[in-house]
Amino acid sequence: MDTTSHRGRIWVLTDKSGKLIEDIDTDQIFHNAFLHITELAEMGQYALGNLEGWKDFPKKAKPGDLIVAGRNFGAGSSRQQAVDCFIALKAGAILAPSYSSIYFRNAVNSGFPILRCGELDSLTAGRKLESGDEVEVDFLSGKGFNLTKNNAFSVEPMSAVQRDIYHKENLFAFGRSFGRGT
Amino acid sequence: MGKPVIEKIIQAHTADEVAPGKIVWMDLDIRSARDFGGPNVVKNYEREYAGLPLADTTKTFFTFDLCAPACTLKYADNQQVCRDFARKNGVEVYDVDSGIGTHVLMEEGLARANGTVVGTDSHMNILGALGAFGQGMGDVDITFAFRSGRTWFEVPDSVKVVLKGTFKKPTSAKDLTLYLLKVLGTKKIALRSAEFSGPAVAGLSLAGRLTLCSMVTEMAGIIGFIPECGAEARKEIEGYTKTPYSPFSSDGDAGYAETVEIDVQGLSPQVAAPPSPTNVKPAVELRGTKIDSGFIGSCTNGRFEDFAEAARLLKGRKVKKGNMLKIVPATRRVYEELLAKGVLQDLFEAGAIVINPGCGGCAEGHVGLTGKGEVQISTGNRNFAGKQGKGQTYLAGPAVVAASCILGHIAGPEDL
Repeated sequence: MDTTSHRGRIWVLTDKSGKLIEDIDTDQIFHNAFLHITELAEMGQYALGNLEGWKDFPKKAKPGDLIVAGRNFGAGSSRQQAVDCFIALKAGAILAPSYSSIYFRNAVNSGFPILRCGELDSLTAGRKLESGDEVEVDFLSGKGFNLTKNNAFSVEPMSAVQRDIYHKENLFAFGRSFGRGT
Repeated sequence: MGKPVIEKIIQAHTADEVAPGKIVWMDLDIRSARDFGGPNVVKNYEREYAGLPLADTTKTFFTFDLCAPACTLKYADNQQVCRDFARKNGVEVYDVDSGIGTHVLMEEGLARANGTVVGTDSHMNILGALGAFGQGMGDVDITFAFRSGRTWFEVPDSVKVVLKGTFKKPTSAKDLTLYLLKVLGTKKIALRSAEFSGPAVAGLSLAGRLTLCSMVTEMAGIIGFIPECGAEARKEIEGYTKTPYSPFSSDGDAGYAETVEIDVQGLSPQVAAPPSPTNVKPAVELRGTKIDSGFIGSCTNGRFEDFAEAARLLKGRKVKKGNMLKIVPATRRVYEELLAKGVLQDLFEAGAIVINPGCGGCAEGHVGLTGKGEVQISTGNRNFAGKQGKGQTYLAGPAVVAASCILGHIAGPEDL
């Protein structure tokens, strides 16, 4: 991937009260009833299929959309499908204050842009970031901009390993590039 | 400055400098995949590394525990995909007769103190109970590990969790674990390595150590260690490895990001109410909540002593008419011991359903699901909405589950 930034429409995963949903676990992202699926193309339809209020997400999502979630996103199981379902929908990136360790690694290893952003709770509470907004995020500088609301925010830039894996496309290609797992 | 346990284990597996926040390349002693994740690993491997050998077949394993034996065609196909790959590559399979992979790797002496063990199970960090660095990973990671024997890892911060005071039976390691979930939540040790200490954990049996370390996952921690180890647990671990147990201990001047003190003096039985493992209350506050079904098993509470504790209460009593209690030993070895010592007989006569070893109620499929409106009390580790069906799941220790199934509502042994 040559691009180091992404621009797209954003989905802010909030509950009925408008608060960012925290601790969204992998069963809410990709339910264990579908763990037997190994084809990427079949996975998109189940994304967020068990998250109250967001079960119709795969129908609403368009390629390039970004997803914003609350802290500890991707808690629970090690299933790669919980990342792959967003890749299948061609999502542009995920932003959250924090992630489960396994989920974060899975996204990094798949070359899917996953970024930490400590400002999301306050941006969401202050209605400075809402579903439907057009935002642009630079993965390397960490600069974010909401074009709809005309305000800037910042995310943690990708680490060196994350950047390198992202540039090579995934962990496999990255490993090959310097003789590991070739 | 000295190092905490996690940094010592990582340092023994890398030439890179180890310090919190640093990303290192780490050698992996054991790499494994289950019947979930495993077929994806095979698929990735054949796409990325077709015709190329595994880094070391003697360190690579498949463990089937999720849907054992397969109850859907998809799982049957997926398990066969793994078996075919394993046969072709000379890899050992712990098949559907074996039990939960993490427990099997422990019993086979493959997961050992100070070792690094990865697999497609988010509760792989349960192996912290043995002083091993276990870590659950996705199928891309595991594929890479099969081929290279290594992975990258960001060295986590360490946090010291000092437990003050002790508690008595029937309060168990599970009650302690649930209480710690209540206090620590999903933030306090998130993305950190925790070292638990104090009299409440120093003397825990191996089963109790496994219970606590398994649910570090639900606390969002990387792993939990219990550096002090009582004689009973030590003996059991050495029985599996056939070598003296000598786990790393942290240096006196080791750097911790934080030290947390928690008072557990006189702790009473605890229950996690839906919809999360951190929604914990004293069991007495939930006493009387009607239940339909119970489950004893899982990597958290699937050892011999967990069932023996349930059988102690169920012997000579019956599961309440209209309720059901599912029993799933963690492994074939546990099952064998339960059989030999008559525990299964007691459970059977009390009306329990005795099922073959595996992940049981935590996985969709193996022992059935909960229907809408059904209330289940389980010794498992997760009660997120929809995880085990449309019903509601309460989490508790074996004694509370057994007492609740006898009475048909949430209860403690003192209510019998």
